[in-house]
Amino acid sequence: MSLQNLNSAVIPNSELAKQQGELGKEETYLRVIATRFLKHKLAVLGMIMFTLIVLMAIFAPVIAPHDPFEIGYEFEAKPSAEHILGTDQVGRDVLSRLIYASRVSLSVGLGAVAIYVVIGTILGAIAGYMGKWADMIIMRITDVFMSFPFLMVILVLVSVMGPSLFNIILVLGFLGWPPIARLVRGSVLSLREMDYVKAGVALGYTAPRILINHILPNALAPILVNATFGIAAAIIMEASLSFLGMGVQPPTASWGNMLTEAQSLTVLAQQPWLWIPPGLMIVLAVISINFMGDGLRDAVDPKSFK
Amino acid sequence: MILESLKETTISTESSPILQVRNLKQHYPITKGILSRTVGHVKAVDGISFDIFPGETLGLVGESGCGKSTTGRAIVQLEKPTEGEIIFEGKNLADFSSREMRKIRTDLQIIFQDPYSSLNPRKRIGDLLSEPLLFHKLVEPFEVKKKVDDILEVVGLPRAYVGRYPHEFSGGQRQRIGIARALILNPKLIVCDEPVSALDVSIQAQVLNLLKDLQKEFQLTFLFIGHGLGAVKYISDRIAVMYLGNIVEIAKTEDIFKNPKHPYSSALLSAYPVPNPHLRNKEKIVLQGDVPSPANPPSGCKFHTRCPFVQSKCREEVPVLKGIDHSVACHFPLS
Repeated sequence: MSLQNLNSAVIPNSELAKQQGELGKEETYLRVIATRFLKHKLAVLGMIMFTLIVLMAIFAPVIAPHDPFEIGYEFEAKPSAEHILGTDQVGRDVLSRLIYASRVSLSVGLGAVAIYVVIGTILGAIAGYMGKWADMIIMRITDVFMSFPFLMVILVLVSVMGPSLFNIILVLGFLGWPPIARLVRGSVLSLREMDYVKAGVALGYTAPRILINHILPNALAPILVNATFGIAAAIIMEASLSFLGMGVQPPTASWGNMLTEAQSLTVLAQQPWLWIPPGLMIVLAVISINFMGDGLRDAVDPKSFK
Repeated sequence: MILESLKETTISTESSPILQVRNLKQHYPITKGILSRTVGHVKAVDGISFDIFPGETLGLVGESGCGKSTTGRAIVQLEKPTEGEIIFEGKNLADFSSREMRKIRTDLQIIFQDPYSSLNPRKRIGDLLSEPLLFHKLVEPFEVKKKVDDILEVVGLPRAYVGRYPHEFSGGQRQRIGIARALILNPKLIVCDEPVSALDVSIQAQVLNLLKDLQKEFQLTFLFIGHGLGAVKYISDRIAVMYLGNIVEIAKTEDIFKNPKHPYSSALLSAYPVPNPHLRNKEKIVLQGDVPSPANPPSGCKFHTRCPFVQSKCREEVPVLKGIDHSVACHFPLS
């Protein structure tokens, strides 16, 4: 068929020229969000702090002044030039342990969230798109998972599987998905009624293609926001578990198990260098992530788009 | 040259219909309580039948909620009909497996009302238009780009727009992209679901002209759903008037406009604003009351609760659609 003699006369030429002139500035959705995120002062502050913590974790061997496992200094020494944050009860350098501990917290945070975002997204997407009995079954399982006392189940599972970094990531990952599943299901339920999804059906696309190519990319923003806050929650959870002795086991340092030492009254009252720094690190890490989450949430909020 | 060949493709009602709708029903259950008991049905479409012939435009008009869009969606198989048959090119669509159906879908496309929700905001125009081609493997991969450029030109958009996202376009341009997407698979029948009612009046005319030109160029058949009578009159060869899930009248456009036989059609037409004050009809038929609920439609003729000429027979007996060229479902049609 010949396409030449078709009427492009419907658009006046002047309008055409104007439109072509604007072609230069191409704004993608992601770029809009990035710009808005960078305008959020607290979010940028959070991002800088979080980047520093990540760098600290990656370059721990370079930064740490001592070997975190080396026993051989004075016990419970006060901060000095040699040991900036003093030493602990068995004579290990607190600063070095603090630096190495960031690796534990970050791996728990990122690992657990990565696992549960994947599980939650898959289950939520299936429930939302298929509907009917699939939705019914998945959502009832979600309800069951959400009705357990979270901390107790984790404590039981960790004690059965044995407390280790890897097991904590697994347990947190496999228990954390229900909120994400509900969130994704909700987004998919509303997105699948959009005309562009109907158009996909009319064009004959298969269900997985519609879900993966057309629905999920549009449901990404709330998942991302939720995952950010999830990292902070997982870091706190790891600290709590380690504090209770069911988390990362000594001699591996974690901010949580470093805090354990504050259980003794003498340490609490007389050796603040043993518990203030890890406590502060937990607060800083969680706050920086939450600031980023806030900024991200505002940046993707369609209501605040101009 | 092409324009000459177009003139020959005017509608000939003698040819066999491209689409036959037979007794189509679309009922939605109303559920109540935790056990989801079905307590009734919303009869959105309640047994309609019509034919569409190749190359023609059938306009479908009626008030909001009368089942126009539901009919359109059922025809392109976005919803499974509760009852009835949709026969496309002599084959019943219900008989196809989902794999065969995907192929048939390339012949049946739809243009949506809202150009803002009909384009995926995360896809560039080029990707939006090339995905159907690549998915159905209709053209060789190296030809895809050319085909996308061509289709953009066909709908009157510069080909340089392929790299842009939907939010960078105006409503009228988005509707052109929606039309391009419906056209790219070379369909035979396009359901236009109120394609201009979300647009400015000046843009409406552009898009209607575009649709008319495309119809000639590609020998398309349209089911044009609309509630703006002006647009429907302009584009349609025949018009079907729907009321509460049923077709009450179906005839050639000029017949309906000059000589409406169903009281509802004539009321609908008298509501159509006439720009010239001297041509305005002195008597305006204003219907009393609201449209009854499609969950609990009136007995007999569904229009009897609002009909100015109602008689006792109307309350008891359901009128059937009668007549060959000008069919009307009324016991006492206007002359």
